[in-house]
Amino acid sequence: MKPSLSRRNFLKTGSALVISFSLAPDAFGQAKPAPLPGSLNNNRMLDSWLRVDADGTVTIFTGKIELGQGIGTALAQIAADELDVDLKRIKIVHGDTALTPNEGQTAGSQSVESSGTALRFACAEARDILVNAAAAKLGVAATALAVSDGTCTAGGKSVAYWDLVGDVNLKREAQAMVKPKLASEHKWVGKSVLRRDIPKKMTGGAAYVQDVRLPGMVFGRVVRPPSPGARLVAFDEAAVKRMPGVIAVVRDGDFLGLAAEREEQAIKARELLKKSARWKESESLPPSGDALYEHLMTKAKSVDSVVNEKTSVTVAAPAKTLNATYTRPFQVHGSIGPSCAVAQWREGRLTVWTHSQGVFPLRGDLAKVFATDPANVHCIHAEGAGCYGHNGADDVALDAALVARATGGRPVKLQWMRDDEFQWEPYGSAMVMKLSGGLDAQGNVVNWTHEVWSHPHNNRPGAAGGVNLLASWHLEKPSRAPFPVDPPQPTGGGDRNSIPLYDFPNQKVVKHFLPEMPLRTSALRTLGGYSNVFALESFIDELALAAGADPVEFRLRHLKDPRARAAIEAAAQRSGWRPNAKGDGARGRGFAFAKYKNLACYVAVVADVEVDRASGKVRVTRAVAAVDAGQIVNPDGVVNQIEGGIIQSASWTLMEAVRYDRTRVSTRSWADYPIIHFGDVPQVEVVLLDHPGDRFHGVGEGSQGPAAAAIANAIANATGKRLRALPFAPERVRQALA
Amino acid sequence: MADFTLRVNGATRKVSSVAPDTPLLYVLRNDLELNGPKFGCGLAQCGACTVLIDGKSVRSCSVPVSAAAKGAITTLEGLGTIEKLHPLQRAFIEEQACQCGYCSNGMIMAAKALLAGNPRPSEVEIKQALNGHLCRCASHNRIVRAVQRAAKEMA
Repeated sequence: MKPSLSRRNFLKTGSALVISFSLAPDAFGQAKPAPLPGSLNNNRMLDSWLRVDADGTVTIFTGKIELGQGIGTALAQIAADELDVDLKRIKIVHGDTALTPNEGQTAGSQSVESSGTALRFACAEARDILVNAAAAKLGVAATALAVSDGTCTAGGKSVAYWDLVGDVNLKREAQAMVKPKLASEHKWVGKSVLRRDIPKKMTGGAAYVQDVRLPGMVFGRVVRPPSPGARLVAFDEAAVKRMPGVIAVVRDGDFLGLAAEREEQAIKARELLKKSARWKESESLPPSGDALYEHLMTKAKSVDSVVNEKTSVTVAAPAKTLNATYTRPFQVHGSIGPSCAVAQWREGRLTVWTHSQGVFPLRGDLAKVFATDPANVHCIHAEGAGCYGHNGADDVALDAALVARATGGRPVKLQWMRDDEFQWEPYGSAMVMKLSGGLDAQGNVVNWTHEVWSHPHNNRPGAAGGVNLLASWHLEKPSRAPFPVDPPQPTGGGDRNSIPLYDFPNQKVVKHFLPEMPLRTSALRTLGGYSNVFALESFIDELALAAGADPVEFRLRHLKDPRARAAIEAAAQRSGWRPNAKGDGARGRGFAFAKYKNLACYVAVVADVEVDRASGKVRVTRAVAAVDAGQIVNPDGVVNQIEGGIIQSASWTLMEAVRYDRTRVSTRSWADYPIIHFGDVPQVEVVLLDHPGDRFHGVGEGSQGPAAAAIANAIANATGKRLRALPFAPERVRQALA
Repeated sequence: MADFTLRVNGATRKVSSVAPDTPLLYVLRNDLELNGPKFGCGLAQCGACTVLIDGKSVRSCSVPVSAAAKGAITTLEGLGTIEKLHPLQRAFIEEQACQCGYCSNGMIMAAKALLAGNPRPSEVEIKQALNGHLCRCASHNRIVRAVQRAAKEMA
């Protein structure tokens, strides 16, 4: 083994000091340690973030995982800059419960903020330690050394980081006292470096969990109940076992799974198992269509809270008051690759290859299900198809582990079928937003109320008081689902982005949290942000219209935040916004803006639409976005996220809703759930407003809400009709225009 | 169960003891350990499993191995390698034409079939050729630009 500055090597050589790593610094009742930046605060040892090897490479460790958002490349850029090494020297390990820091979930557009900030300070400090060691070795002052690609030089003498492996110990708590580089000193940060994960994906390299192949591996499938309320009565185990290649059939309560030598054999056996199973079904689902929203507002059990309230006595009563109610249906994540995992049991220990967004929380929940110590569960991240939030990734890991208990130690690769994913992934919650606004005689907003009804948006593994894994609830000895908790402000969950950024003298925001989920819901990109911004920014346009004001001018009139104003002005300028321009009955233009979570990136979107009045079909022809993401690490990465967010939002907004009746979900394939195709994709232009030296603002979820409202506002501009119920599918649009 | 001799990426590959109705996809992925074609839906709705048979783009999830054995099969691996990229692969990398990349196989293979018959397609023709391929990350515009870039290079 090569010598290296590694806690991992160290763990093999000395047990006493393992304790100093594995226990938090305050474990002995010492005073709480000083806060450290980003994820360093909870993962305080330098060597948990990086290792320098004698072969001239640097390996960085992150708890954040690659979802196709390019996080691995962005983090490598940050590390290379702070260490003064070439980008090519950086290797990266993502999400492995045996190797990387525990950074919880990769979610909320926070990876650059939390992991990037931690790496920035850890690498700056490591560079300082390395340069001091080099100075000692060369017998010169550290300040005399010039560092280039890891080689420290002074007076004709030089030594490289990789020559110092025996002299330097990074197994120490970070102090975060070494100042990271200024933006002007960055060589990699701020550049559109090509993503490191793409070449293998374009050439058939092993890039995904679906590509994991292990000796002796067999293939698993599950048979889920036909409906959320169904209980298993009987099935023909013997017939399934007789099928070619079948090596195990697993029944545990209402959980059914199997394994076969070959994948197509597992799929055929699944069909027979499905056919032979008899279930007792019940009407457990809420009403659908418009009746759903009435149900959410009046029948569903609600926990109510005032999220935000502001009153001013100096403002006159409104001269005009508007009310409007907006709705959003249940929607899916809809990964192109159904969820997949590989699991193997060896001597009571479980190893799982998973595309979970949080390998540590998953490990905890798996340990609970199997009543074992988390130390006996090893979760290793491998990429899946894009997930856009909490899809079936975690659930399928438990499915694979349950089936792998019956295969005599042989690893099981288990992938969901398309209908498993559509019917059983956690959905983005249906929501209702009821807004009211008052205008004074000058057309300024003086009163504002926003009420939101929503199921939970955060039912991921890792919650206290239960297990958030689907199959665990179906077992003979079921686990309990934790009581759902909505993330509190300032980020919020169902109420995310419900507090206006605008300066309204009187405002009140109320959340009706609906914890019971007849249809299971969890985190879909933006949580409640998409729906609340859709409602808020649609309603701003309704008020602007009532005030006879131009939508852009009306927004600016109520907004002091200079960066918000700059984003709005940049989008208006790039799009060629013409104040008070009217649509022509078929074509129109709409504007919308939000600061994601009211604390991340600023995004303003202008959308152009064409409405076919005969068919009701709406096409977005062009979108322009202006984005302030603070300091930008990888400009093309930001543009890619914004483009993708706008187009995905156009698909949600114009096309998408889960179908169900009182018993079953009937959305089973792409034929039941159309998404946007090439022919309907708008051109997207993105203006970046860079702030070198500023903190990082995540962008993955910044554009979806503004895009939805900009489309709604464009349809209203084109046709004079205000649409408030998502999605704006042809039938609904045709009815509205009739 | 039967044995089949397949022509894949210019080589002769034997697979044994496979049911004749096995979808080609599972033979390519599991017997031949090719990662290019992906399981997406199993219903020929998404395009992630696309391969070429005799130059024509087909959904390998819905073609039985017995039928596929009659033609010459090309997968993503057959176009090029990281060291020697096909112009389409190079263009997808240069344009950063994906987020997760799970659909990229289908996009590149369908584009390969398109360019074989129409070396200089218009933007509309590219979109038409790819319209049956789903991308959920919404990299559509980048994909179109990548195909245009490759077409230019190959012309």
